[in-house]
Amino acid sequence: MSKFLRTIFLVDLLQGLWVTFRNQHPKHIYTEQYPAERPRVAERYRGAPRLNINPDNGETLCISCNLCALACPEYLIVVTSERNEQTRRKDLTTFTYDTSRCMFCGLCEDACPVDALELTQDFELATYTRDGLIWDRQMLEEGPKPTRYKF
Amino acid sequence: MPETTFLDSTEMVLNMGPQHPSTHGVLRVILKLDGERVRGTECVIGYLHRGVEKIAENRTYQMFAPYVDRMDYIAAVSNGLGYCLAVEKLLNVEAPPRAQVARVILTELNRIASHLFWLGTHALDIGAITPLFYTLREREEILKIFEDYCGARLTTHSFRIGGMLYEIHEGLERQVKAFCDMFISKVDEYEELLTHNRIWVERLKGVGILNADSCKQYGVTGPVLRAAGVKWDLRRAQPYSGYEKYEFDIPTAQNADTYDRYTVRMQEMRQSVRILRQAVEGIPEGPIMAKVSKAIKPPVGEAYVSIEAPKGELGYFIVSDGSTQPYRIRVRPPSLINLQALDRMVRGALIADVVAIIGTIDIVLGEVDR
Repeated sequence: MSKFLRTIFLVDLLQGLWVTFRNQHPKHIYTEQYPAERPRVAERYRGAPRLNINPDNGETLCISCNLCALACPEYLIVVTSERNEQTRRKDLTTFTYDTSRCMFCGLCEDACPVDALELTQDFELATYTRDGLIWDRQMLEEGPKPTRYKF
Repeated sequence: MPETTFLDSTEMVLNMGPQHPSTHGVLRVILKLDGERVRGTECVIGYLHRGVEKIAENRTYQMFAPYVDRMDYIAAVSNGLGYCLAVEKLLNVEAPPRAQVARVILTELNRIASHLFWLGTHALDIGAITPLFYTLREREEILKIFEDYCGARLTTHSFRIGGMLYEIHEGLERQVKAFCDMFISKVDEYEELLTHNRIWVERLKGVGILNADSCKQYGVTGPVLRAAGVKWDLRRAQPYSGYEKYEFDIPTAQNADTYDRYTVRMQEMRQSVRILRQAVEGIPEGPIMAKVSKAIKPPVGEAYVSIEAPKGELGYFIVSDGSTQPYRIRVRPPSLINLQALDRMVRGALIADVVAIIGTIDIVLGEVDR
């Protein structure tokens, strides 16, 4: 009998509708208004790569050891260097990083012995060309410059 | 005068997919139809084939770890766990206790995330749009925990061979506890929406029956097998990563139909919360990474490790030739093997049921094709 009444009065459907109704309150809004509202990105977020420079003298921290290029599963980092006869060290000449093939696994930053290469919290990597995804040393040091929209 | 004057009732062949939204990716199912009835199916797979097993052969062991996340991308953490355990077995090292507990926490969170995504999309296939929004809302909380821990949300690469790279971040316990407290009432909410909903029940009860014997014949594992009444869960049967320390039940059902697979997965989410509560209570102190050399060179040999992924038994078989690169890696993906039972399940069913049955197997095409 009770089953019959439940069927007649659509109890099961009304129960579900009540759940939907309960979630109508404005405090249940979960949509983020990106890009007007910037999302919260975790501290350990693995985003755009950056080649750190020494803030005191502006020189690169990279010692051209090539460990990041060896650790990369996609072989997308190319480091070239030349030997400096005065300091008897290798000087970094170019550093290219192909973000179009990068899967942001973080193995390169793990491999870096001097914390020069780092994956930062920047996540807006879109460009209009494929060439724009291949980052050279200058771009890696400056970081991406996404368009900021005003609202 | 022709003998048959009525409408021709020969078999009709219909392509479903690979762009069909209800095939959960790029699965193409060729349906042989007699009116609305399905007389047979043929699955065409491989649209997402990336040759992951071949890629492994020219990558070092550490380098291959991020690739496994891209097979079952809904449950990337489970994939990573299976791979790391297999290599650890080859190397004969064990992750430290702290890493083991942290691994359990992350994989159980991932199990919930995977089941939530399954529930949302499965309900969407059946025609209930609302649960998708709610399940993704809760899944977001889990992804935030992943992001705080390892810096990525979907393809996490959170485990390393020999333990975990990152130290547990401050506030993980609080986050997981808050999630557990919040989540049980949310599961009740989904059940309120669906469990007794008559459209849901009518569409799922008695549809896609795959009994225990057929499950065993096809090698089907996971919730599909448990819904057929077989109490088989690798976390219990061959415990790994310290699962023997946790108390949980293996939910089963008897009717082996689509509705039972739904109830089994709902119960599993509750059990995962139970495991999570026990795990966050006792995270031991100590190192999080075992002593593993930078260049991983396992001795010559082979190892097979299987874990209970959200979708079933996920196995990794690794052959080592003593170099830094694996000689061969074979993955036993639960989705592919469960998908083989699709034909048995849809025979005699209606076209509309095919959508429900594909949803209930819980396939991820990234894992089917690899």
